[in-house]
Amino acid sequence: MSDLDAFRAEVRAWLEANCPPEMREPVRDEGDVCWGGRKWVFKNDAQKAWLEACVAKGYTVPDWPKAYGGAGLTAEQTKILKQEMKRIHARSPLDSFGIWMLGPALLQFGTEEQKVHYLNQIARGEIRWCQGYSEPGSGSDLVSLQTFGEDRGDHWVVNGSKIWTSYADKADWIFCLVRTDKANKYQGITFMLFDMESKGVTTKPILLISGNSPFCETFFDDVEVPKTQFIGEINRGWDVAKYLLGHEREMISGGGAGGDMVSIGGAFAKAFGKNAAGELDDPILRAEMAAFDVDVFAYRAMGERFMDMWKTGRAHPASSNMMKYVGTELNKRRHELVMSGGGSEALEWDSEETKGGARPRAWLRTKANSIEGGTSEVMLNVIAKRILDLPGA
Amino acid sequence: MPLYHNDDQAMLKDSVAPFVAEQAPVAHLRSLRDSADATGFSRDLWAQFTEMGLPGMLVPEAHGGLGMGYMEAGIVLEEIGRNLTPSPFLATSVGAVAALAKAGGTQAGRWLPAIAGGEAIVALAIDEGAKHRPDRIATTATRAGNGFRLDGKKSFVLHGHVADMSIVAAKTDGGITLFAVPKDAKGLTADPRRLVDSSLASHVTLNGVEVDADAVIGEVDAGGEILDALLAATRTGAAAEMVGVGQGAMDMTVTYLKERKQFGKLIGEFQSLQHRAAHLYGEMEVARATVMKAQQLLDEGSDGARLMVSVAKAKAGRAANLAVREGVQMHGGIGMTDEYDIGLYMKRDRALAEYMGDVHYHIDQVARMNGY
Repeated sequence: MSDLDAFRAEVRAWLEANCPPEMREPVRDEGDVCWGGRKWVFKNDAQKAWLEACVAKGYTVPDWPKAYGGAGLTAEQTKILKQEMKRIHARSPLDSFGIWMLGPALLQFGTEEQKVHYLNQIARGEIRWCQGYSEPGSGSDLVSLQTFGEDRGDHWVVNGSKIWTSYADKADWIFCLVRTDKANKYQGITFMLFDMESKGVTTKPILLISGNSPFCETFFDDVEVPKTQFIGEINRGWDVAKYLLGHEREMISGGGAGGDMVSIGGAFAKAFGKNAAGELDDPILRAEMAAFDVDVFAYRAMGERFMDMWKTGRAHPASSNMMKYVGTELNKRRHELVMSGGGSEALEWDSEETKGGARPRAWLRTKANSIEGGTSEVMLNVIAKRILDLPGA
Repeated sequence: MPLYHNDDQAMLKDSVAPFVAEQAPVAHLRSLRDSADATGFSRDLWAQFTEMGLPGMLVPEAHGGLGMGYMEAGIVLEEIGRNLTPSPFLATSVGAVAALAKAGGTQAGRWLPAIAGGEAIVALAIDEGAKHRPDRIATTATRAGNGFRLDGKKSFVLHGHVADMSIVAAKTDGGITLFAVPKDAKGLTADPRRLVDSSLASHVTLNGVEVDADAVIGEVDAGGEILDALLAATRTGAAAEMVGVGQGAMDMTVTYLKERKQFGKLIGEFQSLQHRAAHLYGEMEVARATVMKAQQLLDEGSDGARLMVSVAKAKAGRAANLAVREGVQMHGGIGMTDEYDIGLYMKRDRALAEYMGDVHYHIDQVARMNGY
């Protein structure tokens, strides 16, 4: 047996012993997702037990070093762990912007002290982070951001506002882009970290077309931030932000962008019924779903190739932009088909039978896929400029 | 296995790519076309392919080949596609080899070494109408004397008029049977037609063609599986060639965007064209990954290969078609001229799109394989 086979057997046995049956059920609603943090209330004992087991094993962040709360797994081992979790439909033990975004930035730019302190907190799910990037006047043109941190010697005094801060009302800390030099556009931004309970921080949820409020407006009114709480160098926060945006696209590319990567037609055939030939009984919808399925299976292969290449340094550094573009457009298309397939039933907004309008809310939510984390149009700009090397782009 | 070329495969690409680009660039296609070549490909070039061992790359070593896989064959096919090289490689070295190797037996022993040695061209006589419908084969094989008598009509038989042997799919009492029909068989006629891409494909008539019992490839009535192997290999190969065609067209077009000026600007500065080019890039990358996945699954003998082969043929078909359409449009008027190569890419793409099942056929297959 090869080392990897042995590892797989070990993982399989560990999951069997430690993943509670309730944590092998599909995620039904937001409450089933464990975000951790100071204010977190576990939905049930199983959610708590599963998180604790993973924390003890380092499996909330399996590929991080053990000193930072991870399990120190190699890329191949991490892939095996993911495959084995997927095999038993295990839920993610902990979802967190700390794991997905701040962690990678700290690993790349943080001091050893910062890594030990913040990464362990993230790995254990103790602190829930939110991201302060966009501002009302700075969306796609992020670098024009105006939130300002005035230098007061040993601290900054931050004033301004952020928008689209995911779950800011539930978060414990924020990682935030703050202008610290008004004269220098790109080299005048600092990547700050501060407690959301700091005096002068307020949040206001934004009601979206889906009827949900996952995002907030966040206001800073003379917020004091100690001048030790930043990553990288002062005024060089844009480097960190760019790295993180790349990482975010990579992460989205690695799995999330395409949404649920299974056959859509197969799922609908049951609801629709089939004709005598065994075909989904709506020929045009069947054709559209089948064409979509081709793109889903194709994108799945692309995701595998992208990750294989990315992890071994073979991928073009800008290729995550392509992945994000293709994947998010695909997911939007899926939800259009889900709505078509659902017909008038999928219009119901709050009935019990439709799980509170799960389909229309999810459909509307996906419209943000190609806006957040860089719009499709920005992705295409980046591909044109950095990959195709087109002029003046 | 990771989904990128390993070191050996990268080396193969490094030797094949410059070889095809130097020996058989688009000018090679033009010279065959303009000289009204009646063979459909260059035998000199095929001899050069043979020196490199390419015709037998998929032939098992026991039969004198290199025993390589579809991932490797795909590397050659992509270069053939990129250079629009007229070649019997796809039908002979991929499709026919897949069938013969799967079947084994007398015909494998007879033809595989000859293919590997560059001595035999083999045609695939599968289709019978304008569209690919391998589940509705009407050609019949009836027992006669020691062997069989074949009757029927085949179409879209690439190299049919020059093939040393044609693999003919026919209906027998209890299923489908494949036959190796030699070129001098009595009652066999091949009527070559010049296609839009200047290739030659024949309408083949089997009029009471008598073959011995040992002409059967594999077992009588058990040709379905062998045909499936032939189709999977040929479809994946055609998809790989389309990736080459699409990539060639895209590269040419992106280069043109950086050279052509209008309104005092390089046209590549216009965002409307940048976005379309960037979108095309994404589609081509996805198509490439998909084709590689199909090759990998075929090489592993995986059950999942069948689905991925259809996905690959459909996706590569869509992506390459977008590449050639955008290519002609973005070239503007010059893209409509015979002198400029981009139109030749559009023509080759059209022929490959139709070969062994078009986009719609394979989308339908994907639906069926997913239970709807």
